[in-house]
Amino acid sequence: MDFGLTDDQREIQRTARELLAERARPDRVREHAEARSTDEQLWKELSELGWPGIAIAEEHGGQGLGQIELSILCEELGRSLAPVPFLGSAMAATVIQQDGSAEQRERWLGGLASGATIGALGAAVDGTAELVIGGREADVFVLIDEDGSGRILGAEEADVTPVDSVDPTRSTARVSGAGEPVGDGGACAGLGRALVSVSSELVGVCDRALAMTVEYVKDRKQFGVPVGAYQAVSHRCAQMLLETEKARATAAFAAWTADADPEALAEAAAMAKVCASSAAREVTASAIQAHGGIGFTWEADVHWLYKRAQLDAALLGGAKRHRARLAAILAERVGAGAAA
Amino acid sequence: MDLTFSPQEIAFRDELRGWLAANQPDAAPVDGGEDAQYQWRRDWQRRLYDAGWAAPAWPVEYGGRGASLTESAIYYEEIGRSRSPLAANTLGLLLGGPTLMVWGTDEQKERYLPPILSAEEIWCQGFSEPEAGSDLASLKTRAVKDGEEWVVTGQKVWTSGAQYSKWCMLVARTDGDVPKHKGLTYFLMDMEQDAVQVRPLRQITGEDEFNELFIEEARIPDANVIGGVGNGWKVALTTLMNERAGLGFALQIRLRQLLDDTIAVAAERGLLEDPVYADELAELHTRCESIRLLAWKGLTDVERYGQPGPEGSLVKWLWSDTNQRLTQLAVDIVGPAALTAGTSWSYEFLRARGNTIEGGTTEVLKNIVAERVLGLPRLKVAV
Ligand SMILES: Cc1cc2nc3c(=O)[nH]c(=O)nc-3n(C[C@H](O)[C@H](O)[C@H](O)COP(=O)(O)OP(=O)(O)OC[C@H]3O[C@@H](n4cnc5c(N)ncnc54)[C@H](O)[C@@H]3O)c2cc1C
Repeated sequence: MDFGLTDDQREIQRTARELLAERARPDRVREHAEARSTDEQLWKELSELGWPGIAIAEEHGGQGLGQIELSILCEELGRSLAPVPFLGSAMAATVIQQDGSAEQRERWLGGLASGATIGALGAAVDGTAELVIGGREADVFVLIDEDGSGRILGAEEADVTPVDSVDPTRSTARVSGAGEPVGDGGACAGLGRALVSVSSELVGVCDRALAMTVEYVKDRKQFGVPVGAYQAVSHRCAQMLLETEKARATAAFAAWTADADPEALAEAAAMAKVCASSAAREVTASAIQAHGGIGFTWEADVHWLYKRAQLDAALLGGAKRHRARLAAILAERVGAGAAA
Repeated sequence: MDLTFSPQEIAFRDELRGWLAANQPDAAPVDGGEDAQYQWRRDWQRRLYDAGWAAPAWPVEYGGRGASLTESAIYYEEIGRSRSPLAANTLGLLLGGPTLMVWGTDEQKERYLPPILSAEEIWCQGFSEPEAGSDLASLKTRAVKDGEEWVVTGQKVWTSGAQYSKWCMLVARTDGDVPKHKGLTYFLMDMEQDAVQVRPLRQITGEDEFNELFIEEARIPDANVIGGVGNGWKVALTTLMNERAGLGFALQIRLRQLLDDTIAVAAERGLLEDPVYADELAELHTRCESIRLLAWKGLTDVERYGQPGPEGSLVKWLWSDTNQRLTQLAVDIVGPAALTAGTSWSYEFLRARGNTIEGGTTEVLKNIVAERVLGLPRLKVAV
């Protein structure tokens, strides 16, 4: 048993963190959030570095690495809140790669790997997906219907209406249209991996919220002492760490499962999403609370994390939905045991 | 124990209900932003004032109805229930007026109370500072005597309505050589002077409900000291007590309405049959009712024993926590509309984040309950 990353993986993590610390500084994120614009320059740069194709097969121009590597990037992008359409594009590519026909893979994966094509993925209700992240700039959409099957729509055949969400660090849109079934039209297995990617992004969001909070409460004094000295505050921070680490461990397990033990992915991905969704909501809310009044202002950066956490927590189903899935998996297991 | 209203209280409620039904304010303005909203609330206060409903809790001699505490609570419940806006000068009506009635001289009362009631002069509150939030008494804004005037320099934050205000309830340090609670003085500062700059403070919701005040050698006549030099902390506490008491009943009704709206959506989507949602909604319903009952029980204590019990802090704590839980659950029930910018659902959700911070953070309220109600030992910190 070894939770450690390989040297190569650690290198990916380190360079990603360093690059984003430089290129997605809080003031730059803020600038794009205020304008509700994508950082196209950064997207171009990340594309040149091969990020969008990290987990796309080499035959389609990607790097052919696995979910663990993809998750590392998702986490770093979550931490920095970089205003780029990475997550949606990666999720769309994942589903096309896992579930698409040879023709669909051929048609879309090359562009998605190079970053020339931007993808987005949304869950549709009655055919329409709301608040599809990255929807405004996407060239190709993967819409997942209630039964888990998917549809692929090129932007020109999709009906796209930009709708602003509470999270201005990314664009969002309402998307509908017929499109063509992904692969044979069955339930998309790639969704498990997509859930892992979102969960990993949320781990990054939590980690950053915690780090900002710890730094703030060490510094902020009331009644002559740093507020972090009050146990009401320090225990809150400890709780934030607990939630974050729970989310991190389950996301890491799910990412490993995706390539090493795909049979176990459905359960692991549901667990990861349960932990990440509830951790993100709690940890970012706690970050605001521990900052006091300043945390409630537009000036302080914590609210961006809170808002991103909310959208990601709901993406592809929140904690409630995935707990229900887990309960169903458990019921099946108990039933199978009884039958045997 | 008798948990019904007296015939007199029912008569009060019915009269108000009847009046509100017949005098609903015009629809809220959609264009024109904050200014239009404010004007709308000012017109609304005018209408209340003309009918004698601007501040029923004020004594008759000051233009109120001398309403009892229970009647005053009924008043805020009914205002909330009818979904009427709050009067433009709520801070003057709820905080400024009552503070003056306790601490003001006869001249001050005569001069300042009538225009509060009629919304001719709007009031704002200049207490919190960037460095003095939970530890309010450590505030640094300084006032120095210069002949018959005081010269004030400092910075205030979270002053809502400052851009519309004539008067600011300002607490400033007039003596830096005594323990921090003893060196404060409560002033009434004229906002119409260049030395006071108002800058909007944008919040998580994207709007600016509040402001920062930058005060650079503002002048306040000595006649505008309220309650005596060096007595500012006591006067400020009167203001803060009123803050905790009044609005609670209106806020609690708003919570109820939001819960009802959420239950309606849940019913429409068949989620009341889903135990995951049903359990949580029933819990929120129970909390909502507990808040109402605790608030009324708190009034009984004041009416019977002349003293508020611990309910004030408990109600605010429970209300803020419940409102956050409810608005977060609404995100799950309502779905994308609750995360779409500019919807009332997303506004309520984001605004609720401030509830556990404004008016004393939950952590500080818990300290108060632990120390003052339960008598637990106090942490030794600089006070
Ligand atoms: C929406 C909103 C409206 C407001 N309206 C007004 C207004 O109308 N008038 C006004 O004067 N002010 C207003 N305020 C300011 C408000 O009163 C302060 O923000 C609040 O008292 C907290 O102070 P602070 O922001 O300085 O946070 P801090 O005091 O710096 O608190 C930071 C964190 O430390 C914790 N903490 C601090 N002291 C202790 C302690 N002793 N024990 C345990 N934990 C502690 C806090 O709970 C918080 O989690 C408003 C604030 C908000 C967010």
